[in-house]
Amino acid sequence: MNKTVLVIGARSDIGIAVARAYAAKGYDVQLAARNAASLSADRQDLVTRHHVGVTLHEVDALDLASHKAFVDDLPVLPDVAVCAVGYMGEQARNETSLEEMSRVMRSNFEGPASLFSVLANRMVARRSGTLVGISSVAGERGRAANYVYGSAKAGFTAFLSGLRNRLAKDKTGVHVVTVLPGFVYTQMTQGMDLPAKLTAQPAELGTAIVKAVEKGKDVIYVRPVWQGIMLAIRNIPEFQFKKMSI
Amino acid sequence: MKLSGWGRHPVAECEVVRPRDPEALRQALAVTSADLIARGNGRAYGDSALNPARTIDMRGFDRILGFDSTTGQVIAEAGVLLADLIEVFLPRGWFPAVTPGTKFVSIGGAIASDVHGKNHHAHGSFGQFVDWIDVLGPDGVERRASRDENAELFAWTVGGMGLTGVILRAGVRLTRVETGWIRQTMLPAPDLATAMDLFERGQDATYSVGWIDCLATGRAMGRSLVMLGEHATLDELGEKERQDRWVQQPKRKKAVPLDFPSFALNSVSVRAFNTLYYANGRRQAGSALIDYDSYFYPLDAILEWNRIYGRKGFAQFQCVIPLAASMAGLTALLGAIARSGQGSFLAVLKRMGAQESRFSFPMEGYTLALDFPMRQDTPALFAELEAIAIDHGGRFYLAKDSLLTPERLRRSDGRTAAFTRMREASGADARFRSLQSERLRL
Repeated sequence: MNKTVLVIGARSDIGIAVARAYAAKGYDVQLAARNAASLSADRQDLVTRHHVGVTLHEVDALDLASHKAFVDDLPVLPDVAVCAVGYMGEQARNETSLEEMSRVMRSNFEGPASLFSVLANRMVARRSGTLVGISSVAGERGRAANYVYGSAKAGFTAFLSGLRNRLAKDKTGVHVVTVLPGFVYTQMTQGMDLPAKLTAQPAELGTAIVKAVEKGKDVIYVRPVWQGIMLAIRNIPEFQFKKMSI
Repeated sequence: MKLSGWGRHPVAECEVVRPRDPEALRQALAVTSADLIARGNGRAYGDSALNPARTIDMRGFDRILGFDSTTGQVIAEAGVLLADLIEVFLPRGWFPAVTPGTKFVSIGGAIASDVHGKNHHAHGSFGQFVDWIDVLGPDGVERRASRDENAELFAWTVGGMGLTGVILRAGVRLTRVETGWIRQTMLPAPDLATAMDLFERGQDATYSVGWIDCLATGRAMGRSLVMLGEHATLDELGEKERQDRWVQQPKRKKAVPLDFPSFALNSVSVRAFNTLYYANGRRQAGSALIDYDSYFYPLDAILEWNRIYGRKGFAQFQCVIPLAASMAGLTALLGAIARSGQGSFLAVLKRMGAQESRFSFPMEGYTLALDFPMRQDTPALFAELEAIAIDHGGRFYLAKDSLLTPERLRRSDGRTAAFTRMREASGADARFRSLQSERLRL
């Protein structure tokens, strides 16, 4: 029997890239998103290319009350669950609209954390599984340019780290991988002027995630150069950092 | 963002959007009243897929939607590349029925340019193997078009350079192959007459193409290496090839790491290269097994080879001369090219078969294609070459063009007036425009 991957936030460029990378490895795929029916073209694509089973599932990351039922309704508890849910909003609006700020925080932190809590407990009961959280380097240090998004991702990164600690300590057989992608060419970054050497294609991310899960990695930066960059950024003294625009 | 075609000339600042589904595309269409053009993988050489106001990057439409293994018909979105189809379907015994010299073209681009390949003389252009297309029209309505349904839209869209609407998806037939290998026969031809004779005698071959030395003069004018090819059967493979029947083993890709300075390509270096290449080809004359990648896509192995022409980019001249005038036309063209002292490594000669179509490039005769680095005097040289082609009844390949004028286009191609009338009647002229369509007043 094929192994199964669940991709939450499957409409995103990163979500689709992960689904493709796993289908290429022979995994059956569960694509979950809002308005899941509109992913039928992606389902056909995975089936045609890789002859794997693909199912579509409705999920709303912000609707916490629905998350248990969402997991219950999956045809099979997946071997790997990847959460690519994310919402950046616009920083200027996030500063003035509390509603928008809350939406960014809930989309990037509360929603994914809730989904992973449910999935983690089910996987612990089964005593196997891997959870992959797509967080962001923006969560490594709050910057004026995107601190609402960044703080939500910081929360998610800390959540993943704590969850990993809990599951490893208790020898549950369940592993957590944190992905800090750096720049990726996606709809979210469309129109931004991104430096090519620092910017990954979604497909690169998909392959990197499959590999990280296989190797049981804890935290990955997709392009290694980001590790150095973030190390440097984290170590700038605050009295200097607060005056910088990066 | 700054955008250009494969020739890196012209470069234009374009507003680019990249929708991933028809709904997002319709929104992009509705948001602006400005005109727009769809862009595939950017392999047209000139300005066919540039629109400063709005260029729609179709690469988000990259899903393969289905495959019928009895007919070989694949249903694919417009942004799927031939490379994707080969990756998925060659191991299942299928290959694109027509392929141009790069596998990095999108299906949408291949249809819009009605591209041709080394089997044009035998099988026709890409459009012959397109069963249907879905086109988003100027009214925002999606229509299925085929030879039976919306037949006019189908006929104009194949070869219509994206100027009838946005191609969303297509049903395209692949051809059965037993292996991923090609049995190539290399035939050296010391002059043009011999080369053409080899093509005429090679009409039964599935594939035929010639590399022609555009700088050779006198008795050696038109000296060529003519390469015929057939899909190899399993029986024809040797021990080594059999172990890699579908050519799955990755080869190392080379990349051009930087823009060559403009003096790197000059008539001395090109002449030296051409002489060596011809001599080498003569030594390798005869039959050999070549993997499909090296046979069809030798340049794809050198990523970003367009950078050897330097930062100013290059222009490709490609015309087709009708059969009866081919000898005279090619002789005149080769003379003018040799006199100019310009011209490139990459000159290709090919016999084309007969084709009836509304606005596609191919017709029965000989096509000549070669690159020129973009310089101040390049437009004048193109004008001279275009005049020779027109005098011999020839016409030009819009997928390669960046320098043609509206007058010369109309003198070369009597179908142009009907094309623009169709655009006016359908309302496409107000919605779908490229820098090329503006330049050529299409």
